[in-house]
Amino acid sequence: MSVAADSAVYARQRVKPKASRDDWQMRAFMLVIALYLLLALAFPLYAMLSKSFKNDDGVFIGLANYAEYFGTPALSYSINNSIFIAVITTFITVLLAFTLAYALTRSCMPFKGFFKSVAMVPILVPSLLPGIALVYLFGRQGMIPWLLFGHEIYGPIGIVIAEVFFTLPHAIIIITTALSIADARLYESAVALRANKFRIFFTVTLPGVRYGLISAGFVVFTLTITDFGAPKVIGGDFNVLATDIYKQVIGQQNFEMGAVVSVILLIPAAVAFVVDRMVQKKQVALLSARAVTLQPDPHKRFDMIMLGYAILVSVFILGMLLVCQYAALVKFYPYNLSLGLNNYQFDLMDGGGWDSYFNSIYMASYTAIFGTIVVFTGAYMVEKGRGFDLGRGLFQLLAMMPMAVPGLVLGLAYIFFFNAPGNPLNFLYHSMAILVISTITHFYTVSHLTAVTALKQIDAEFEAVSASLKQPFYKTFSRVTVPVCLPAILDISIYLFVNAMTTVSAVVFLYGPDTTLASVAVLNMDDAGDIAPAAAMGMMIFYTAASVRLLHYFLSAYLEKRTQKWRMR
Amino acid sequence: MKTTTRYLKQIAVTAVSALVGLAFSASVATAETELTVYTAVEAEDLKKYADRFNEDHPDIKIKWVRDSTGIVTAKLLAEKDNPQADVIWGLAATSLLLMKGEGMLMPYAPAGLENLDPKFVDKDNPPTWTGMDAWVAAICVNTVESEKHGLPMPTSWKDLTKPEYKGHIAMPNPNSSGTGFLDVSSWLQIFGEEEGWAFMDALHENIDHYTHSGSKPCKQAARGEVAIGVSFAFRGAKSKAEGAPLEIIIPAEGIGWDMEATAIVNGTKNLEAAKTLVDWSISEKANKMYNEGYAVIGMQELAKPVEHFPDNIPQAMIDNDFEWAASNRKKILAEWQKRYDSKSEPKS
Repeated sequence: MSVAADSAVYARQRVKPKASRDDWQMRAFMLVIALYLLLALAFPLYAMLSKSFKNDDGVFIGLANYAEYFGTPALSYSINNSIFIAVITTFITVLLAFTLAYALTRSCMPFKGFFKSVAMVPILVPSLLPGIALVYLFGRQGMIPWLLFGHEIYGPIGIVIAEVFFTLPHAIIIITTALSIADARLYESAVALRANKFRIFFTVTLPGVRYGLISAGFVVFTLTITDFGAPKVIGGDFNVLATDIYKQVIGQQNFEMGAVVSVILLIPAAVAFVVDRMVQKKQVALLSARAVTLQPDPHKRFDMIMLGYAILVSVFILGMLLVCQYAALVKFYPYNLSLGLNNYQFDLMDGGGWDSYFNSIYMASYTAIFGTIVVFTGAYMVEKGRGFDLGRGLFQLLAMMPMAVPGLVLGLAYIFFFNAPGNPLNFLYHSMAILVISTITHFYTVSHLTAVTALKQIDAEFEAVSASLKQPFYKTFSRVTVPVCLPAILDISIYLFVNAMTTVSAVVFLYGPDTTLASVAVLNMDDAGDIAPAAAMGMMIFYTAASVRLLHYFLSAYLEKRTQKWRMR
Repeated sequence: MKTTTRYLKQIAVTAVSALVGLAFSASVATAETELTVYTAVEAEDLKKYADRFNEDHPDIKIKWVRDSTGIVTAKLLAEKDNPQADVIWGLAATSLLLMKGEGMLMPYAPAGLENLDPKFVDKDNPPTWTGMDAWVAAICVNTVESEKHGLPMPTSWKDLTKPEYKGHIAMPNPNSSGTGFLDVSSWLQIFGEEEGWAFMDALHENIDHYTHSGSKPCKQAARGEVAIGVSFAFRGAKSKAEGAPLEIIIPAEGIGWDMEATAIVNGTKNLEAAKTLVDWSISEKANKMYNEGYAVIGMQELAKPVEHFPDNIPQAMIDNDFEWAASNRKKILAEWQKRYDSKSEPKS
């Protein structure tokens, strides 16, 4: 440290409490994790940005790549296509999700728990899977192609249906939360003022959840515009930005153009992210301490309609999975419909065989273990550390950034950064470690927010008390904080595990011959025309993610009993 | 509370040791020689190829890196300055010629070279590559779907441009698929440049979609997803053996073909093992193995007829000018992309 910095610290010590050894240790921890985020996020993104201004010999050529991009209609037209798909999907998904969330929170229909679980199922599968199901349903040899009235499933129609399937759970989670924090007193007043049901809906219900709807809209928009699985499988010749990045990099090894498309894809994703953050802050302010929870009253007809709707949505979701499982078991669709396991001989196909399935399980486990440790420790140091506000603020900002970066962009950025000949870290390239690092980074933000929320619930007095008892912070951390936060820690690890199992986008650029993954195998088998084995592997991912999810459910129920007794009154 | 702490400690210890293990597994090499082999051989054959080789050489482990011909080619070229592959076993001869031009391949005369058909050996002495088998273009026609749509059986390439086939044909994109490239380069040789592009313009009108891989059009035809797939005979025969209602058509104008070939990559750290593999790749045993899927092989006198393969293939194979195809590859692909790679563009 320089003399100037030393004296600055000395000057601050006079007005501020002296930073203890604990404080320094915590700051050191935080710095280590901040360094991780710099290496795993900021530097690679910078490498990608600079690549987009260079030619393939590494010479700076200014905006020439961008000029070429916008001068090639076949490429730049994808911007329109992407936005078109994202807007339509957002509209449909939010409408469908709102209605289901309404049924779940404001009706007295039976089996709410079941419908809520079913609505979460798409989270457990890669976004390639709905595309595969649509081929079997509406393709030329599909089971029910007449439902499309002669329209082609390969293209915008297919992409939108697959994206609605893929984004539905995310929208439902957000809107359900928004609907369930309504204040019953508002409804009582409205009824007292003799407002009719429709008036109440439009003047109380909708305004109450407007931030939730906007937030859901932006989340769906971002997920759709950055998703790559659905358009890859069912998009046909309809190009979107995400598939363009893949084609440029994997199909033509044109890394510079890949970087240009990535930068362009980064813009809508980043804008949507910023707006969403602003909106979510407002949502919190809606909750007042005196709010009374709204309890829906039974209305036979309304409840039946809602039940019918929930059944329809469930049929849509479960139907897609059933179709995939059926396709995986049929010997030779559509000419030999007898059942068999020949599509499970993954070792005879592209994509890495059964090894890729087990690699995925390892990758997901490592991601869950290390990711949870890194994320939770980082959140603790930021949340419970004292002083050093500037550093903590910067850390928060770094932790929020991954949310705005599409997976494909992150993966491509990793190629540029980690595979650069001069980078001492380039031994990581193609290793299991880089897959784990990229996945932790890709899903960092949501995990971090979960941890921060849990930590905010713990009174800061614990730290103060243990400090006055001269206990080092790590004792408080391991004896108080971690046990109290165990439910949140489990949530983070399951979130990381499931996403690591299903993600395709970042890892598709990073796997090596020894580290093929199940989700990427689905993609490669479909690319080679082996669509039934692709469906079979996709369903293996679903069963794995679903079992781990169930295990998590029972484990948290058990832990709730064992360690969370203090929460009961 | 005590137990919780102990658990946490245990978790921490496990985590750290796993992390260390992870770091090590990325760098530690195994005792036996491991060869990184780049290939475009069909995925279902890779295990067979490695197993047969290991019957004779159990001490050399093969690590496959497989993708479509175009992708493997692009990958090898991209890694030119820092090659990752030791050997290329099973890549189009036109691609290997390209790499030979870049000085990426090591000239080597494998033992038993004299037994190989001279067509299957690079012209240089010592040669930089040796051929394994010929893979030939073919049209896969789904008989059930053709009947349903009332499509007559095509007998020539030109037939495919007839209006009745509109929207029923899939074909590989030559930028990513070796089969796609051999189709395009053979049409330019059969019809001549001008007429060749005119043929492709007309064909483009009938194409439903272009695929990333060369086997996909035939697999799609096998499933009835399209009626006609422009693909290669090997794939068609395989799908037919699996029970697909396919007819494999060898067009009257003749068919393009390319060799699957083998070469050592310059700068390999495992030269001895690489030579062993290349020696084996032209052995009698290897040729018999290629013959299980391919009708035309490097030692043609050993060849037995392959089930479901049309028997007129050797006569139909055009006199393919590989040097011409390799040296014009970049130009042809750029022209193709300019003309046809924008099917999704709005027609304004």
